[in-house]
Amino acid sequence: MTMDFAPVLAQWPMLLQGLMLTFVLTGIAIPLGVLLGIACAWLRLNAGAGVRAVVATYVEIFRNTPFIIQLFFLFFGLPSLGVRLTPETASILAMTLNLGAYACEQIRAGIEATPRGQLEAAQCLALNRWQTFTRVVLPPSLGRVWPALTGQIIIVMLGSAVCSQISTEEISYAANLISSRTFRSFESYIVVTLCYLGLAILLRQLLVWAGPRFIFGRQR
Amino acid sequence: MVEFTFWDIAYQLLLALRWTVVLSLIAFVCGGLLGLGLLVLRLSKLPGAVKAVAVYVQVFQGTPLLMQIFLTYFGLALMGFDTSPMVAACVCLTLYSAAYLCDIWRGCVDSVAKGQWEASASLAMSFAEQLRHVILPQALRLGIAPTAGFMVQIIKGTALTSVIGFIEITKAGQLIANATFEPFLVYGCVAALYFVLCFPLSLWSQRLERRMRPQR
Repeated sequence: MTMDFAPVLAQWPMLLQGLMLTFVLTGIAIPLGVLLGIACAWLRLNAGAGVRAVVATYVEIFRNTPFIIQLFFLFFGLPSLGVRLTPETASILAMTLNLGAYACEQIRAGIEATPRGQLEAAQCLALNRWQTFTRVVLPPSLGRVWPALTGQIIIVMLGSAVCSQISTEEISYAANLISSRTFRSFESYIVVTLCYLGLAILLRQLLVWAGPRFIFGRQR
Repeated sequence: MVEFTFWDIAYQLLLALRWTVVLSLIAFVCGGLLGLGLLVLRLSKLPGAVKAVAVYVQVFQGTPLLMQIFLTYFGLALMGFDTSPMVAACVCLTLYSAAYLCDIWRGCVDSVAKGQWEASASLAMSFAEQLRHVILPQALRLGIAPTAGFMVQIIKGTALTSVIGFIEITKAGQLIANATFEPFLVYGCVAALYFVLCFPLSLWSQRLERRMRPQR
């Protein structure tokens, strides 16, 4: 058993390019997914019965089917309805919808734990529904579920590896390509796996740092 | 040219579904045993064990399952084993579920009150007796709901073994979609079958969790 990393590392421009696309996919899909999750959580708690049922169906479908099937359905299935997506768009859409479904449930749990007094206080200050939700209810709710949400965001980032299967040229795609060019399969996947491990650790640190600072405010 | 009716497609997918179920069960049972072993190792506080288990869990939770599958498949071959996709899939999903289950159950053990450890130690129980008679019965009761939830993750994880050519339902779906030119219908059916497997487990897990909550 011998390992030789040199031919793999010689392809570093390809790895770097793949890494950039992984950044772009994650960077777009995560904020959109969290926003979608917030919107769905709000709908599930405030909308009429019909809309609530639609949102619940969306959430359960996306939580109970594999990401790769969601991706295949969007990329290979939708063209027969006349909707043609590029691999990148399909990847971002699938990641967003997937994160949105999980984030919805988590954020809803956070909102449901809001103490009644907070709502009454907001009412006393004559805040309207929008102000109450965005200023009073949402920030501490996000704070309550931030650890779980961080975990889910990292799972979605790691899930972006699957997008290589519809020829999105992110870093796992680079790994597949390098492995077939150099015949150093194990080494290419090791290098890329280490990149993901580094990314996951960095992303966790970033979210733990940024959450209290920008999203839900420090505990006062 | 062969025509495929809806029933042909459904029949082929159902045949492939068996492999998804078998693989999920193998991964769950073997992963559960390995996870329990890792948990005991971690709780035993042997020198280095806590750190080693933590690194193992971090590595498996911090890398994509897709990469783990490729690495197992090519890694086993590199070590000189004559692997089939089936073996590689089983090994990889076992290692993957062990990492997650170990972490889930550690959380449950941590939530057993510390006094229980101390009380059982003061009854002169050995480490094994403490685990067997006092800690694990309480921890595993708490663990049922998240474990059922993780079963769903395992079932969904088996979909990725299609990339190394293991013919479970996702791979079967790909093959059938390519043969029939009806990806919308085929992937729709595949998604529906996964849903039928996973949704009852999700519901069961949620119900158990709700039942546990008031006791805390």
